[in-house]
Amino acid sequence: MNISLVMFLVFIAVTLGITYWASKRSAGASAYFAASRQIKGWQNGIAVAGDYMSAASFLGIAGIIAFQGYDGFMFSVGWLVAYLTVLLVIAEPLRNAGKYTMADVLAYRLKPRPVRAMASLSTLTVSTFYMIAQMVGAGALVKLLLGSMVTYNQSVIAVGVLMIVYVVFGGMLATTWVQIVKAVLLMAGTVLLSILVMAHFHFRFAEFFGAIGSVTYHDAKGAVVVKDFLTPGLRYKPPYGALDLISLGLALIFGTAGLPHILVRFYTVPDAKTARHSVVWAMVLIGSFYIMTTFLGFGAATIVGPDYIKGHGGTNMSAPLLAQALAGNIFFAFISSIAFATILAVVAGLTISATTSFSHDFWTNVIHSGSERKPGEEVLVARISAFVVGAVAIAIAIVLGPTANVAFLVALAFAVAASANLPVIVLSIFWRRFNTVGAVTGLAVGLLASIGLILISPSLMAVDPPTVTGTARHLIQAKAIFPLENPGILSIPLGFIGAIIGTLVSHEPTALEKYNELLVRSNTGLGAEKAVAH
Amino acid sequence: MGNPARNIAVAEPKQFEASKPEWNQIAESQEFQDLMATKKTFIIPAFIFFVVYYFALPVLVGYAPAFMSTKVMGVNLAYLFALSQFFVAWVIAGLYVRVANEFDRLAKDILEKAENGKGGE
Repeated sequence: MNISLVMFLVFIAVTLGITYWASKRSAGASAYFAASRQIKGWQNGIAVAGDYMSAASFLGIAGIIAFQGYDGFMFSVGWLVAYLTVLLVIAEPLRNAGKYTMADVLAYRLKPRPVRAMASLSTLTVSTFYMIAQMVGAGALVKLLLGSMVTYNQSVIAVGVLMIVYVVFGGMLATTWVQIVKAVLLMAGTVLLSILVMAHFHFRFAEFFGAIGSVTYHDAKGAVVVKDFLTPGLRYKPPYGALDLISLGLALIFGTAGLPHILVRFYTVPDAKTARHSVVWAMVLIGSFYIMTTFLGFGAATIVGPDYIKGHGGTNMSAPLLAQALAGNIFFAFISSIAFATILAVVAGLTISATTSFSHDFWTNVIHSGSERKPGEEVLVARISAFVVGAVAIAIAIVLGPTANVAFLVALAFAVAASANLPVIVLSIFWRRFNTVGAVTGLAVGLLASIGLILISPSLMAVDPPTVTGTARHLIQAKAIFPLENPGILSIPLGFIGAIIGTLVSHEPTALEKYNELLVRSNTGLGAEKAVAH
Repeated sequence: MGNPARNIAVAEPKQFEASKPEWNQIAESQEFQDLMATKKTFIIPAFIFFVVYYFALPVLVGYAPAFMSTKVMGVNLAYLFALSQFFVAWVIAGLYVRVANEFDRLAKDILEKAENGKGGE
């Protein structure tokens, strides 16, 4: 029997055990949506890391560094530094003034129905896009890792069903512990892999960086190329490379603090101080991990080599192939199962944030004006919507197929989070004059600008050769109108401008009057939601 | 929780409630003004510093790749500068946690005063 499969099954068994345990502790809205707000600071920190470090980080960044060197490492930097925005600006006010979702903070002083409807739409957009990218990636990956034993469709269904089970039965508590287990595994695997890479170079950095200085491979025409992989510019080339880098940086720095699945994590802790400590825990883990992408990515480039990786599954297989080269099939299986765990933990986090927003924001507060018609309705609706969200994600991933061009969806999720969510959260907390019209226009402009610009960017607009077929083809077969892959540099200012103009053309006395309440609540924790005693 | 389904309403802890004049009174109090001033003194400069320091990286790498490729200590400026970002982020986070203890102390006074004013919880 395949060792990878055994390890996958062990991980699944452990997470189902967690789900069973959590299901007995998930009765009631605050238990289901926020794990009774009893998660400890360090636990939440690890869970944030587990929620955040997706397969795109573990496999994707290692792959980009393995093929394009230093430019890939630029991603690593942004993914950590972004947490300073979360720490300094967002986490504590959000925890103090909200209940389950980011819309709670907006609804404090603005008109709840329009604001929650738009915020919910934006949340669902971010979560679904991100989830589809993960699901398609997961399907292709599991197939690669397990070989011919499973088909793409089977792996998509397995990932989808597991994420539905975690969320429907175990709620936030199960999701949290799945993320903690995954983060611990991911860190362990990455540390081990880094040590093995350094052992290969006799623990001499000079030898390691010497090898990075002359990576040899064959280009598309078959000619031998020797390149210094530490030199910038292998991915981001003139004329637009520099702007694209800045645009990516903007989307990361402002988008992370607007990602719904990260924001909901801060409601699982007892108070703002614990939320703060959990961000710091997360930053230690996330930072250490991304520094170690140096070993993963450059290790794969120097020890395995781009030529071999290209012939054995492509860029995303860089880290698992590195493990195989260094320590054989058992380690390959271990790293593969970590990649699998990584995907499951992230999709579970996305599912719970989408369902919380649908149930709490849209169902209870928009359709039924803020109260449950019977006790437990909000949780019931969330469970049903988790099932629906999961089923829809499975269906879309199957329709798109393993070769679909979906990498842009992650960029899109960050762009929407940065351009729609972040501006309205920040303005609602920090700008007295801000009002409902501003929030609705800000969310709408940010959302539409991000989607519109991505549509006309090189991610979706390009002329493919006839050999590229089906969903792998670019959506619009023409030269891209907007030259950057990442729309942040334009869509973020547009989101802010939309919110500001919307505010200035309208007057809302109640939003002004209630600002002091929000200001005091968000800065002192007065009246904040408390932990539920068992 | 013996019968969770029926206990939901009871299980939610009592929240602090206040009227509009009371919120305004707290917002205008000297203690609250001090808290906000203390927060701003750290958060605004820290935020500006990290944003400038971070964007210096893509700007320099994007517009001065030759300069950033200068070899230093066996690696190059670009890699060292990227690596420094992690440590700078950690240091800012560490400093923030230290000064935030002061925010907590100031906030605690406001909380106690407000909750005592309401006859406690």
